[in-house]
Amino acid sequence: MGVGSLLALYLAAPVMGLVAATPWGDFVMGLHHPLVWPALRLSVVTTSITLVIVVSFGTPLAWTLARSTSRAWRVVEVFVQLPAVIPPAVAGVALLLSFGRRGLFAWLYPRGWSVTFSTAAVIMAEVFVSAPFFIQSATSAFRRLDRNSIIVARTLGAFPLRVFTRIELPLAVPGLLAGAAMSWARSLGEFGATLMFAGNLSGKTQTLPLAIYTAFESDLRAAQALSLVLIVVAFGVLVVVRSVSAAPRARER
Amino acid sequence: MKAFDSQRPRSSPAARRLAKPARRSIAALMAVCLASVVLALGGCRTEKPKPAPPPAKSAPAPSKPEQKLVVFAAASLREAFGKMADEFAKSHAGVSVTFNFAGTQEIRTQLEQGAVADVFASADERHMKALKDAGKVEMWSVFTENEPVLVVSNEQRGTIRSLADLPLANRIVIGVEEVPIGKYTLQILDKASASLGKDFRARVEARVASRELNVRQVLAKVSLGEADAGIVYRSDLGVAKASVAVVTIPSELNVIAKYPIAIVKGGPSPALGRDWLSLVLSSDGQGILQQSGFMALSPSVVPH
Repeated sequence: MGVGSLLALYLAAPVMGLVAATPWGDFVMGLHHPLVWPALRLSVVTTSITLVIVVSFGTPLAWTLARSTSRAWRVVEVFVQLPAVIPPAVAGVALLLSFGRRGLFAWLYPRGWSVTFSTAAVIMAEVFVSAPFFIQSATSAFRRLDRNSIIVARTLGAFPLRVFTRIELPLAVPGLLAGAAMSWARSLGEFGATLMFAGNLSGKTQTLPLAIYTAFESDLRAAQALSLVLIVVAFGVLVVVRSVSAAPRARER
Repeated sequence: MKAFDSQRPRSSPAARRLAKPARRSIAALMAVCLASVVLALGGCRTEKPKPAPPPAKSAPAPSKPEQKLVVFAAASLREAFGKMADEFAKSHAGVSVTFNFAGTQEIRTQLEQGAVADVFASADERHMKALKDAGKVEMWSVFTENEPVLVVSNEQRGTIRSLADLPLANRIVIGVEEVPIGKYTLQILDKASASLGKDFRARVEARVASRELNVRQVLAKVSLGEADAGIVYRSDLGVAKASVAVVTIPSELNVIAKYPIAIVKGGPSPALGRDWLSLVLSSDGQGILQQSGFMALSPSVVPH
């Protein structure tokens, strides 16, 4: 217990330091900082779209990864984990080299155009860095399912899609929610890949972490206040997700 | 911890009971210290590995206090100061020079939070003034100047051949106003508006695709062809020279960046720090700076 609480304390300490160093007046000032609202709005919009994309494409992918025994899918599993270990700035460069004007897939675009420096680029960067967290969690959730109940349902004549929607999906929901929360948190904090691939323009590509860094260049106190705004938003969402994911288990009893 | 225990091999049970919570609180304290270091370095740019500044007071005085020089310097000085260290080693055998290269604002924050250094070389007079006012540095003087230039992607080098052509670019990247290069860029655009047409700044800003957080980001985007043009310091061109076209900004429209240097108060080796300063200001030091693209020091510079 002693060792465990030491780590918990260590993880909480920077947040405590940030809160302690930011008087209430500064926090209120932070809320009125000209960069904060466009950035907060952009962060909420882009991370929501990112989450929808990650969950709707990631769930079938995770299901396939969990079910398949072929070596090819094991290779795919390793590949989809890679973005989690690539440093974000490198991920940004990689995105530029793939989807930039001179990128590998530049032939997809009209000449001289590219997705770079747009809100879509922000979402692409967020999906790239955050999807592995959802896929990982969802895959292990599907792997943990009781095979017997699936086989029984199939022998009773349920079609695969019905088995998926009525048995597998409901049973995997806690794992999916946990993965979605992790993935969303990662996309909210995303900085390096966004800066490299989407740039930094208020209202268009400047998400909250970029606004914090921009404020940091001129005024540390404003940056602290903005960081606190980010932490409050993240904390609120994570608490809601926890209570939602706890609800189905409570009903089981 | 081990030394602490071995000094008291037969402590009473009461003492042991006392020691446990003490140990726990020491561990907690360490965690908090670590956390505050992390906070002080908050948001380090990932591409710049930097040594953590030594803790302020806990380290015991070294037996040879003058053998290590700690230099904090603006990121744009990395190449020039690296060469400077080789030169310094010739006259100071056995002295190790430790660098911390980062954005000037980051270094200012680190020094304000108690990081220990002997010398601070800044890319901006404003941050140096703030540190002087806070009593963190001694008298400072400008040691070099850096010239903003226009960089153009290879695709656009035929189109954008002078500052006046800049509005022809589809995508322009500049520094964000909060960083020195961004501030100078806007001043240049304002000056240009006076001679190239009132709406010049507005026409350029309409084409701005991104306001980058540092010069390297501006340069990376232009050299990858992602942006058509940007404004960076001449000293930053380095190896990127091959992948961009460099357009000089007319001197009457340009705003030159002044780089001040100072001895940091409370550093472990102030004498070595002064030696570093004299090397930087010497003709050898100035030669190294000019090789890296910095400007010759104008004679009007006086210490502040």
